Amino acid sequence: MPLITYREAIKQALDEEIQRDENVCIMGEEVAEYNGAYKVTEGLWAKHGDKRVIDTPISEAAFSGLAIGASMLGIRPVIEMMFMSFSYVAIDQLFNNASFCRYMSGGLMNVPIVVRGPANGGTSVGATHSHTIEYMVANHPGLKVVCPSNAYDAKGLMKAAIRDNDPVFVMENTLLYGEQWEVPEEEYIVDLGVANILKEGTDMTIISHGRCAMLSLEAAKTMEETHDISVEVVDLRSIRPLDEETILNSVKKTGRALLVEENKPYCGVDAQISHLIQLKAFDYLDAPVHRVSSIDAPTIYAKPLEDWQIPNQERIIAMAMKLMA
Amino acid sequence: MATTKKKSAPPTKKPQSFLDAPINKQLSKEDKLQLYRMIVGIRRFEERSLRAYNQGKIGGFLHLYIGQEAIAAGVVSLMEENDHIITAYRDHGHALAVGMSMNECMAEMYGKYTGCSKGKGGSMHFFAPDKNYWGGHGIVAGQTPLGAGLAFALKYKGLKGCAIAFLGDGAVNQGSFMETLNLVSLWNIPVVFVIENNGYSMGTSLKRSSAEENLAHRADGFDIAWEVCDGHDAFEVREVADRAMKRAREEHKPFLLEIRTYRYRGHSVADANHEKYRTKEEIEEYKRTKDPINLIKSQLLADGTLTEALAKKIDQEKKDEAEASAKFAEDSPYAPREEIQTDVYWEVDNDADNKLKGSYFFND
Repeated sequence: MPLITYREAIKQALDEEIQRDENVCIMGEEVAEYNGAYKVTEGLWAKHGDKRVIDTPISEAAFSGLAIGASMLGIRPVIEMMFMSFSYVAIDQLFNNASFCRYMSGGLMNVPIVVRGPANGGTSVGATHSHTIEYMVANHPGLKVVCPSNAYDAKGLMKAAIRDNDPVFVMENTLLYGEQWEVPEEEYIVDLGVANILKEGTDMTIISHGRCAMLSLEAAKTMEETHDISVEVVDLRSIRPLDEETILNSVKKTGRALLVEENKPYCGVDAQISHLIQLKAFDYLDAPVHRVSSIDAPTIYAKPLEDWQIPNQERIIAMAMKLMA
Repeated sequence: MATTKKKSAPPTKKPQSFLDAPINKQLSKEDKLQLYRMIVGIRRFEERSLRAYNQGKIGGFLHLYIGQEAIAAGVVSLMEENDHIITAYRDHGHALAVGMSMNECMAEMYGKYTGCSKGKGGSMHFFAPDKNYWGGHGIVAGQTPLGAGLAFALKYKGLKGCAIAFLGDGAVNQGSFMETLNLVSLWNIPVVFVIENNGYSMGTSLKRSSAEENLAHRADGFDIAWEVCDGHDAFEVREVADRAMKRAREEHKPFLLEIRTYRYRGHSVADANHEKYRTKEEIEEYKRTKDPINLIKSQLLADGTLTEALAKKIDQEKKDEAEASAKFAEDSPYAPREEIQTDVYWEVDNDADNKLKGSYFFND
């Protein structure tokens, strides 16, 4: 099976969907002639032209709203936020109009847009560029959000998102763009609402999403080799809709849950997961639900400090050991 | 169409009667009567809504279109098959103008299941996609990028049409609108922005909110054509809007049309200060000299389309229609509680085969 990068996987998804559906188009800053700030859309403008791959001025509110308005008439724009942080500039469009127009009309319309872009820190870009907003998207009924942790999921979820008739946010990660995974050549979709068990285990469950799922997997392997603890790792993949069943089955099996997220702790995704576990698997728990989030401050610039701030092996393993105690 | 670059340019000299303009001359007697009926109908509906609101039947906010009727009626009467419109929350006039019924609109304001949005939207959120009408939006200027999007889609699909996005004088100062002006000019998007300038954004006069009071003049900063006209005479509205809409459809050029109008009531009915930030004299003067119903009525009496008897009949018809809509709304049920969580996701609403996976809602 071919080994391709996360970036290449996303590009393949975009390319295939543009070819499949004439209404799909890509819009964003530097996506066309510059070939993408992170080269995700490299070559697509040369291949598909101005109508399908569109450079926008720096106007997130305007082009997000334009994309939403166009989708009401059947266009299926895939808009890029160069950083998901920039979506704040377009909050009224993305968090009001995209999520509420269907509801406020009593179901007379839908908004089939995709909003994609990197949502991560760990790159010394500072507090205003490092937001991980999946928890915020998930708090808006009407919106959907997925966080692929690897190239296989990135391609499959992106295709699912584009074909979905509701607004879907796809949270990418600049630190994952260059990493490689096996991705089949044949077409496939990864459905929304389905988590993935990255590693089976019996002593505890780590539930995570995005790049933290990969960090958790690495931590799980270390714990097995070094501490002889069998860790099951669940990668959420889809935040809203959420695969509650897989989460609960795993926790019921192991009795101990550690949640790992890059979100800041207050009302991040894991606050929701924690509530779910204690409500629906209380009798199976041998310990309280533990959590590793980013350290609760704006994202710091200095590299060693930022590396400490976002979840890392040392902090994940320390909390896991605390959970097992 | 005037694209003068002069600052604070005076409006173009008005002809004797806008009825003589070709776009209006071609109207049949029935067309003109229909326009008259629509303007009167909007007025009577708004008056009946006001009563219902004061009786406590309508909750939240009620933004009345009284005094501005000629604009929605005039512009909508020009719509062709592939033209689409969108507006903000002062949306009842536009809704009725595209052909929504008084029943579904009143029922929506009463919050009933028979409302156009099943009671999920309220006064600010009337929608009728089947009539090319896309709402009904609560955040000032939030609808302007959406309007640009509708026009973008028309061009993308190769359809000959334009989008008309209405906004108020307060909305022109929102960042989203100014961003949108740049974008539609850069991309040659066939959208006509109609600024319904009633002189006040809530309690703040034009003078106190806009550094450049000639609002349409902003278009110069984005290389967009613009024009200013009055909105009291439906035939004037038609004459000017028609040129803007044709230009958009045929040349894919955006247009900024500022229409000066007035609202008799407050920003919303809850606006208790509307006779404090304005003078009673100002309000009365407008009603006396520029009322849209009086203007169209006198023109149609003069050219023989209307008689006093017919005018009286139409007035009563519309009053009755509005009254009937209030009764319809009163008698209609609310949506059942299960409806709180429908119409959130298209996929969930259309999952008859139970293919969807995962949880979409998270109440305990």
